[in-house]
Amino acid sequence: MVILSLDTSSRAMSVALLQDDRVLGEWCTNTQHHHSVRLMPAVRQLMAEVGVTPRALSAVAVAKGPGSYTGVRIGVTTAKTMAWALDIPLVGVSTLQVLAANVPDFPGLVVPLFDARRQRVYAGVYRCTRGEVTAVRPDRVLPVADLVAELAATGEAVAVVGDDAARFYDAFAVGLGERLWLAPPELGIPRAACLARLARQRLLAGAVDAVHEFAPAYLQASEAERKAAAGELRVAGSGRERGTGAAAGGDGDG
Amino acid sequence: MTTTKPIRVLGIETSCDETAAAVVENGRTVLSSVVASQAEVHRRFGGVVPEVASRRHVEHITRVLEAALEDAGVRPNDLTAIAVTHGPGLVGALLVGVAAAKALAFSWGLPLVPVHHIAGHIYACRLVGEMHFPLVALVVSGGHTELLYLRDEGHVVVVGQTRDDAAGEAYDKVARVLGLPYPGGPELDRLAAEGRDVYAFPRAFLEPDSLDFSFSGLKTAVLNAVHGARQRGEPINLADVAASFQAAVVDVLVEKAFRAVKRYDARQLVVAGGVAANRGLRAALAERAAREGVEVLIPPLSLCTDNAAMIAAAGTVLYRLGRVADLDLNAVPDLDLTAE
Ligand SMILES: [Zn+2]
Repeated sequence: MVILSLDTSSRAMSVALLQDDRVLGEWCTNTQHHHSVRLMPAVRQLMAEVGVTPRALSAVAVAKGPGSYTGVRIGVTTAKTMAWALDIPLVGVSTLQVLAANVPDFPGLVVPLFDARRQRVYAGVYRCTRGEVTAVRPDRVLPVADLVAELAATGEAVAVVGDDAARFYDAFAVGLGERLWLAPPELGIPRAACLARLARQRLLAGAVDAVHEFAPAYLQASEAERKAAAGELRVAGSGRERGTGAAAGGDGDG
Repeated sequence: MTTTKPIRVLGIETSCDETAAAVVENGRTVLSSVVASQAEVHRRFGGVVPEVASRRHVEHITRVLEAALEDAGVRPNDLTAIAVTHGPGLVGALLVGVAAAKALAFSWGLPLVPVHHIAGHIYACRLVGEMHFPLVALVVSGGHTELLYLRDEGHVVVVGQTRDDAAGEAYDKVARVLGLPYPGGPELDRLAAEGRDVYAFPRAFLEPDSLDFSFSGLKTAVLNAVHGARQRGEPINLADVAASFQAAVVDVLVEKAFRAVKRYDARQLVVAGGVAANRGLRAALAERAAREGVEVLIPPLSLCTDNAAMIAAAGTVLYRLGRVADLDLNAVPDLDLTAE
């Protein structure tokens, strides 16, 4: 069984090939540059170097978010299209779970996170025990202060994982004191090899995703949908502008 | 034993709010054309919301691809190339189509052909008739008002464009002021047929030698007329406003198009884009063409609005010219037509 795994949901871009329980190869960069341009060439190069053809793939695994909306869409679209084109199973895994899997074993809670701006984070609460990565709480987007308060109330040791974690160090340190462990930078990047391992576990358990229905886990509605739901519906710019103008601005995630 | 294998191109279009895929044979025969429209989704926002459009594209893309192959009755092995719109358009929306196209090209080992959205609109004409070069193309839609000169196949030059609003954009804004439901263009066209041109709104012909357009002055004149009448409490005949506005737009489009035909000694005038579905425009173009003895080619409505058959048709032309891309192809929201 050969699994191709890809993650473009954050600053990092990672691609890996897992044959049964052996990592054939992994490619990982952490520069937020042109995931759209670099993803397929990276896949092609990695597959060529380890001698795997598209037809030899058994499944495609993808980090389904949360993360950059655009980034997640590039990975998810690529993965579901490849799975459909090659008629092989698709397995989506939470990007936060992939990040948590960087900590194989920890006596306490593992908290992977990404910055969601405005003092909020995309965060998960996991338990990592001898390679098993189990969600204690569902992935959420929430104010960092709320997350810290919730973790402080557990009384447990907390490992915070993620490239953006250092940015919130003070908030965590004040709330958790000696019980905080900020994982080192090399563990703060989601790794496609970890993603492939989690996907393989799900695959062996028969838990594959339906290709057509598969969509990113954004964890929040778009700004326009939130405003509409809140009754703040205002008329945007003109209807069908291309490339420039009102319709092209405002609601992205940068 | 020389059997020529047909060229079958799978086209993908996601530049705005339609997720579309199509299979075209030899650049002329539409084997399938599937369009998943999001118009209903965006109606409540009064316009296309880019983030919402991008999300819907991801949800629809493989289903649309599957339907395109099934409707065409072809398997991946029967395909020659994958063509995709890589610009211009909403960047997040374009990226979904580009990512899908690259995934297919790699998975099936097929060449990848990037297509400019407007080139797609123009080559849609090959699906309904012969294109006779040199020709002039008038492309009018929500996002574009452009005059193009094609010396021969694959050589497109922009010779006129809007200096402010696109014609379709002016249609949408006027329709909104008249209280017509979104999308307003077709509604306005329908209403105009019931009215008369009594307002004599300004026609911006610009400099005598110019092939450019300007619709913001017209738009302002219409808005002022409607707002002024409402403030004074005077009754407004909305059908007359619609007819007067449409007459002004059509006059300018027709005049500029035939100026271009004359200047470039074109054998044919091709009209494409969503606004080409407008009955007032079609009628005026046909009348002027008959008078001047110029051949006009306008695709049927289903090929005027955004679709992927036009991308596959254009992709076939470009594939034959060897204009293929590598897997590092990117979406270019403000893509230049001359970059093709
Ligand atoms: Zn168009």
